[in-house]
Amino acid sequence: MSDAALPAAQVVRPSRLRRLEPVTFLWIALIAALLVLVAAPILKMVVISFEEQDTGVFTIQNYLTAYGRARYLEALRNSLMLGALSAAISVVIAVPMAWAVSRTDMPGKGFTWATVLAAFIMPPYLGAIGWILLAGPNSGWFNVTWRALTGTTDSLVNVYTFTGMAFVIALHSFPLVFIFVKSALDLISSEMEDAANVLGGGTWVTMRRVTLPLVWPSILGGFILIFLETIALFGTPAIIGIPARINVVTTQLWQFFEDPVRVEVAAAYAIPLLLVTVGLISVQKLMLARKGFVSQTGKGGERRQIRLGPWRWALFGWCLLVALLAVGSPLLVLLQASFAKAWGRGFSFDNLTFRNYEFLLFEHDMAPQAVWNTVWFSGASATIAVVLALLVAYIVVRRLMRFADVLGFLAMAPFVIPGIVMAIGFYAAYAGPPLSLYGSALLIILAFASRFLPIAYASSQAAIRAVHPEMEEAARILGSGRLHAIRKVTAPLLKTSLLGGWLVVFIVASRELSAAIFLVGPRTRTMSVLLYDLTEQGNFEVVSAFGGILLVITLAIVGIGMKLVGRDFMLRRE
Amino acid sequence: MPRLTLSGLTKAYGKLTVVDSVDLTLEEGEFVSLLGPSGCGKTTTLRMIAGFIDPTGGSISVDGAVLSAPGAVVPPERRGMSMIFQSYAIWPNMTVAENVAFGLKLRKLTREEVTRRVGEMLEVVKLDHLAHRYPAELSGGQQQRVALARAIVVKPAVLLLDEPLSNLDANLREEMRFEIRRLHDEFRITTVYVTHDQAEAMATSDRIAVMNAGRIEQVDAPHLLYTRPRTRFVAGFVGRTNLLEAQVSSGMLRVDGIALGPSAQPDGPVLVSLRPQAMTIHEAQPPLPGPVFEASIAERTYLGESWDYVVQPQGSSLRLRAAAAPLEAHEVGRRVWLAIDPRQVSVVQ
Repeated sequence: MSDAALPAAQVVRPSRLRRLEPVTFLWIALIAALLVLVAAPILKMVVISFEEQDTGVFTIQNYLTAYGRARYLEALRNSLMLGALSAAISVVIAVPMAWAVSRTDMPGKGFTWATVLAAFIMPPYLGAIGWILLAGPNSGWFNVTWRALTGTTDSLVNVYTFTGMAFVIALHSFPLVFIFVKSALDLISSEMEDAANVLGGGTWVTMRRVTLPLVWPSILGGFILIFLETIALFGTPAIIGIPARINVVTTQLWQFFEDPVRVEVAAAYAIPLLLVTVGLISVQKLMLARKGFVSQTGKGGERRQIRLGPWRWALFGWCLLVALLAVGSPLLVLLQASFAKAWGRGFSFDNLTFRNYEFLLFEHDMAPQAVWNTVWFSGASATIAVVLALLVAYIVVRRLMRFADVLGFLAMAPFVIPGIVMAIGFYAAYAGPPLSLYGSALLIILAFASRFLPIAYASSQAAIRAVHPEMEEAARILGSGRLHAIRKVTAPLLKTSLLGGWLVVFIVASRELSAAIFLVGPRTRTMSVLLYDLTEQGNFEVVSAFGGILLVITLAIVGIGMKLVGRDFMLRRE
Repeated sequence: MPRLTLSGLTKAYGKLTVVDSVDLTLEEGEFVSLLGPSGCGKTTTLRMIAGFIDPTGGSISVDGAVLSAPGAVVPPERRGMSMIFQSYAIWPNMTVAENVAFGLKLRKLTREEVTRRVGEMLEVVKLDHLAHRYPAELSGGQQQRVALARAIVVKPAVLLLDEPLSNLDANLREEMRFEIRRLHDEFRITTVYVTHDQAEAMATSDRIAVMNAGRIEQVDAPHLLYTRPRTRFVAGFVGRTNLLEAQVSSGMLRVDGIALGPSAQPDGPVLVSLRPQAMTIHEAQPPLPGPVFEASIAERTYLGESWDYVVQPQGSSLRLRAAAAPLEAHEVGRRVWLAIDPRQVSVVQ
């Protein structure tokens, strides 16, 4: 007889009740949570787009209003063109950089990585403010310098134009293309290129005919994502586009929310944004699913760096230029302005002051509150998103329930819903009676959690997949229950990647603007919203100082993440 | 009372039956292998014994108590078993000693007792010097030993092994085979071992249950399985063989007119398995009892440990594989005498 302390033989007759494991209740709770967070807002938005204000009677009047004016239609066209142009510029910026870092002996690869990371971390609206200081038609640094050098009275560049706006957006979107293309290039073995070389193709022919076609799906994938991000972007079009009288969908939606709020019309007007996003994401999925055209050819084969000779300095020059335009110069002028009495007076000691920071931190009635709001909204929503995503991913990956995939689908659904659309949905569903959550912290936290659920879900799923189910089974057969096994074995193994997921959600939530702007109340403004409000007042020194505070907080979190999770936790392609 | 009993054990996923009324009994201290090709249901059977999969029919009992029956399954943690997994499933966040101590702590032993038994166990598997290392710092063979130690230290009622050697390289696999058998001889834990490698099953097991398409084809001691296969599948899967269409007429078994000896089978066509080792090749007619006939060498291949001959009996289109020792070299085309050991002729279904 064994001396096992667990009495295998004397177990009471097990009953059917075991079927009703806690996991069943959990499943029901998760479905409920996902319905509240994901399904209800979107459905509500679609429903009210067909309802008359106040009465709720069925009508198509909202659609007639939303698409009945040339100005509204032009905004739609502008959005599509802006998306395409920004995405195209991003591809032009990023593809040479990705190729250089992945395949060649270009110097300064670490520097290039840092540039990409910095451009990715910097909130796009901050970049837009920086570029107003750089390329404003009258007093922008570039134009002032140009006039001083040439003696003309013309301006060299003007940020308040359609191309100017697209360019500024691209400068903060290109990291997506870079990450996509670089990870595709990393998977191509040198033998593919060698095969072309042996047949007589030189470096350039090989790149054009072999390497680029292999990463084509990744380039297109990046293009589509940036296109979608741009048409859903609020900050830059509002900061640059409104003064320039360029109306796009997101700024038009914002105008529908000005008094009197016309949510029904806004909902009708947001539908194309939703449809375009759902459609393009499906196209992208189909495209990447076509086997044989996908660049992932496995890690087999050796990878060698292509020797570029003097050309490597040309490529490095390109990366340096991008670094200057995307990160270096905007940061420099923002920093100058934040410490300046008047930013136009330039770099001099008598222009130096700490007043702007002092004012924000100690005198401004809203700024400290906004900092606190941002930290706690982001923290709370990251926690909700990660916990929810973890539970869903666990059930889906381990196939604990029959209809687990429904949960996974709901958790990923916000990925195809633009943040601004999500915000209108949350407004429609929860802002008014019976819940009357408008302006409350809860509404913003839930909206953030919902919006970034896919990020948390993707990282949780990857993390759980990496833990072999036998790890838990080994604990169970030795006598630990399911929960004990999760606590003792699974949780410690997931810790690092979960922390990574939490930090990424925290960071993107802390700079979120397009959803927040529709949901905040007077006391629940976040830093991003307050920054936008300050921009409207036109005091760029104070705006820059507040941007500086935002950047310091973000950098601190990124730094903690790098220390605890690993150097490229932000840029992993998931 | 047998330690472990599977009776009519069945698992079906919809219309697909992966384990089909399996009956198997293990006495206390017995080591039985489930051997079969991939997809034969052996791992599903093992995981049902462990309690990870619920059966759709039949039952599993340990010491007479039913642990699994349709709709009534004792969870894995209350079965008093342990298991070794294909991936080892060594927890990377715990040291070797912590891994081994895990099951003991759950059994509420005193700290001294846990430390003592972990120490003893690690000594047995020769890992005492690595007790405080983390798994990532160990080789594959060492990780395997940790898995063994962790499973055995709790002295389980039944030990389950799921293809534990499939991730090791060939040399290490052979070494671990003997290690597993040595540990079994030392602790006499009732063991079910799943493998698709017949050499592994032969080296470790008291008995082997050959599985095919969800059913057990034959359960026997390794040497009997080899010399007396009962079904066509077992004859073909375990070792190499000559499968011959034979005839029984008036109590005599014949293949293509050659008499192989008396048979108790009723008259009619039967299938016969004749192992290459059941035949010997002679240059001159041997004075042996039993069937001897003239033949010629059709092909030969030297395999190092033996010759592999293809021999053609005279006046027959049969081609028989016969094995011979390295020094027994016969040229192709040579006339020889072929002698058959009648004890190794098996009629199979």
